[in-house]
Amino acid sequence: MTRALSGDAPTLPQEVQRTLHAHPAISPTLILVAAWITFTVINPRFLQPGALSLLVQQTAIVAILAVGQTLILLTAGIDLSVGAVCVLAAMVMAKITSEQGVPGVLAILIGIAVAMAAGLLNGILVTRLKLPPFIVTLGTLSIFTAIALLYSKGATIESGVLPGELNSTGHTWSVGAFRITAGVLLVLLVYVVVGVALRKTAWGRHVYAVGDDAQAAGLAGVRVGRVLLSVYVVAGVIYGIGAWVMIGRVGGASPNAVVDANLESITAVVIGGTSLFGGRGGLLGTLLGALIVQSFSVGLALAGVDGQFRLLAVGILVILAVSVDQWIRQVKA
Amino acid sequence: MGVSLITMTNSVPYFIAMQDAAKAEAPKLNFDLTLAAGKQDGDEQGQIKAIEDAIAKGDKGILITPNGPGVANAIKQARDAGIYVIALEASLPASATDFTFATDNVNAGTSIGEWAAKSLNGKPARIAMLGFFNDKAVSFDYQRHQGFLKGMGIDVKDPKIKGDEAPTGKYSGGDYTIVCNEATNGAEEPARSALETCLTKDPSINVVFAGSEPIGFGAHNALKAAGKQDQAIILAVDGGCTGVKGVKEGRLSGTAQQYPGKMAQIGLDAMAKYFKDGTKPTVTPGLDFHDTGVNLVTDKPVDGVKSIDTTEGSKNCWG
Amino acid sequence: MTAASDPGVTAQNDAPEPATGVVLRAEGLTKKFGQVVGLAGVDLHVGAGEVLGVIGDNGAGKSTLINCLTGALTPDSGQLYLDGEPVVFRRPQDAREAGIETVYQTLGVAPALDIASNLFLGREIRRGGVAGQLFRFLDQRAMQQKAEVFLKQLGILTIQNMKQSVETLSGGQRQAIAVARAAAFGSKVVVLDEPTAALGVKESNLVLDMVRQLRDRGLGIVLVSHNMPNVWAVSDRIHVQRLGTCAAVLRPQTHTMSEGVAIMTGAAVV
Repeated sequence: MTRALSGDAPTLPQEVQRTLHAHPAISPTLILVAAWITFTVINPRFLQPGALSLLVQQTAIVAILAVGQTLILLTAGIDLSVGAVCVLAAMVMAKITSEQGVPGVLAILIGIAVAMAAGLLNGILVTRLKLPPFIVTLGTLSIFTAIALLYSKGATIESGVLPGELNSTGHTWSVGAFRITAGVLLVLLVYVVVGVALRKTAWGRHVYAVGDDAQAAGLAGVRVGRVLLSVYVVAGVIYGIGAWVMIGRVGGASPNAVVDANLESITAVVIGGTSLFGGRGGLLGTLLGALIVQSFSVGLALAGVDGQFRLLAVGILVILAVSVDQWIRQVKA
Repeated sequence: MGVSLITMTNSVPYFIAMQDAAKAEAPKLNFDLTLAAGKQDGDEQGQIKAIEDAIAKGDKGILITPNGPGVANAIKQARDAGIYVIALEASLPASATDFTFATDNVNAGTSIGEWAAKSLNGKPARIAMLGFFNDKAVSFDYQRHQGFLKGMGIDVKDPKIKGDEAPTGKYSGGDYTIVCNEATNGAEEPARSALETCLTKDPSINVVFAGSEPIGFGAHNALKAAGKQDQAIILAVDGGCTGVKGVKEGRLSGTAQQYPGKMAQIGLDAMAKYFKDGTKPTVTPGLDFHDTGVNLVTDKPVDGVKSIDTTEGSKNCWG
Repeated sequence: MTAASDPGVTAQNDAPEPATGVVLRAEGLTKKFGQVVGLAGVDLHVGAGEVLGVIGDNGAGKSTLINCLTGALTPDSGQLYLDGEPVVFRRPQDAREAGIETVYQTLGVAPALDIASNLFLGREIRRGGVAGQLFRFLDQRAMQQKAEVFLKQLGILTIQNMKQSVETLSGGQRQAIAVARAAAFGSKVVVLDEPTAALGVKESNLVLDMVRQLRDRGLGIVLVSHNMPNVWAVSDRIHVQRLGTCAAVLRPQTHTMSEGVAIMTGAAVV
């Protein structure tokens, strides 16, 4: 009955398939290592500590938004409103401090609360009205973008008029030749906390179960609607924290800061090996996926490749990642 | 009387300033104003729909900043339907609309390019070009880019294609190298990341062309984080109040100030006059449109390049 | 249809009683879906340590009957008794909490999750203290150990690694996990809905063995199946569902499979 007893030895491709199936972070790790080696050979500046520090800082915003996106993809959903929610939260944080004089810490909390409310709205529409997440978030993408634009009039609020707390995610420390920002540390903290919750708690188990087979999870006694709702709310909170990170990185709150975040976050998650069909994947892969996308962007730029070709390369990576996912999913007993 | 203002987008201060000025002017002229816009830069389809809506509503006039040549046909239909169409951007041939009030984006680029060339004072130029897009050709994007190079005395080759210029050669004051040519979507964060990559490629960059002021601020943040804010000059285009303030604070070296609100206002005025007695507006001598002008705003004037200081610039800034 | 002219009712009255006490009893269950009659007054009972087979043609009301027993549907009228006490199930959770577990036709396992997680899905063992209470941290070691014990008791310990994901298992193994879960938590009754439908002969036998073990532990078993040899092999009594009612209750010793099928299809009456 078990594999060992089945008699016929698995072929090499089957072995590879099974290994990747058991450890989905392997393929993004390999891609990242290969990319780093290649780009360093082409331009040795790529792997200098300074350049590497910048790479990590540049990845931070997409990386944190991709945490929320991972949660939602794990439930077989998708969130197209990521960037809009993040921008809305950032504009709220910046405006209420600069115009209403709300203290920094409170403003950050209010901004996060706004993002959480946005996530709650998505979640309610998905769970109560039973609308497909794609449609829901396509709609709220426009709604949140419009609100953010009306509220901000499209203008950036510069860091100069913001209290120190809002800018604190941009604070930089030097560790040897490396430079680490508070924002990067915050992003890593979010990865650890959500990662532990996914792996070690009943909630995490239910998130996977709901995405894997919502009907089976429901029959087993998992409250599917509640789990889904919680995922959208948690994702909203994460986007709110992302807004704070963004203010530190951008040097102010910009309504146009993360225009590409929706597709970039989905790209990072998918390249990181999380399945678009739910139930499979994890945060380690997402972090690697985000790093891969940015590494390609920087590495190809340093290699003197035009922007259009960089777009092309990322496109090929996505197709490749999804193909590998499909292949891995076909693993048989 | 119904008129429509159709902007490229409604998400950036430049077009919001245009809309605000139109909203303020329209009641004075008894115009019933409708605002419409493309979804993003280059969204021709959205503008075509807005034009069709204006025709259907029976508007008498349209003010438009065209997103591309694709809207020309819809404009023709509007004119055939008897609508008076004024362009607020000189990207279509002058004959495509009844009249054009525009700022010349090439001129805007040229003014900051000339200033950059002069202030380098013969030193070799190591240039980072930070434009808007690399996935679509939008007129203001390539016009500002090419204008800047032209101002520095660099051959732009095809005026509609950015990036086809020689990577190294001579500018008006000495040798130049174009270190990188990056797209930023006109936003701070991508601009910062882009310049960081450029600086990794060549840490000695001393000239940054920023296609807009947010791009310029992103570039400044990258230089500042690397401790190189005094090494490079950053030149931008727009002339918003935030940008002028940035020049005053020394975060930008200079910006080419345009007047979107003025364009909308005089566009509406000209329309009112035409409806009243058929008076047609007049073009700027030597051009086929009325140039609403551009001023280089900098607190470090150089000989031979006309400029205004930030005090003057902040009087007419927008946003 | 009056009660006197209904051969099913007569048969029901003559039906053999289980050897031990009745654990689950249904009386006069009816269920309508618009104009369509799903159940037209069905009685049924199963004793502790007894296997009740349920057979019936498509549309005979088998699924409706099972759904009413397990809380997936609430009957329009009629009453369920568990250990003699009247009970009402509004959701599957109610039935489950009362001690009735169901093994669904669609397996009801999450393929990407590991064996232990599937066994404890929705009923995870948590750590003690704040970590478990408030943050719902899992006690993964306890779950794996217990999972191993469950599977061992049911004689399916050929699966060694409780961290193995369920989709890497064969269909029979997956069904075994589903049955093991029901066995682990079902304190009174286990309902199996077509548990062998997708399985080969060897794997079906594995599941039937598990059914016998559960019976020997004193659980009441309701086995719904199209597979007559399987039903005849393990059932103590067989409830024949036809046209929304109980057409007969048979014993495998007294009726052959073809007689059962004849009653089921209306070709014969009892």
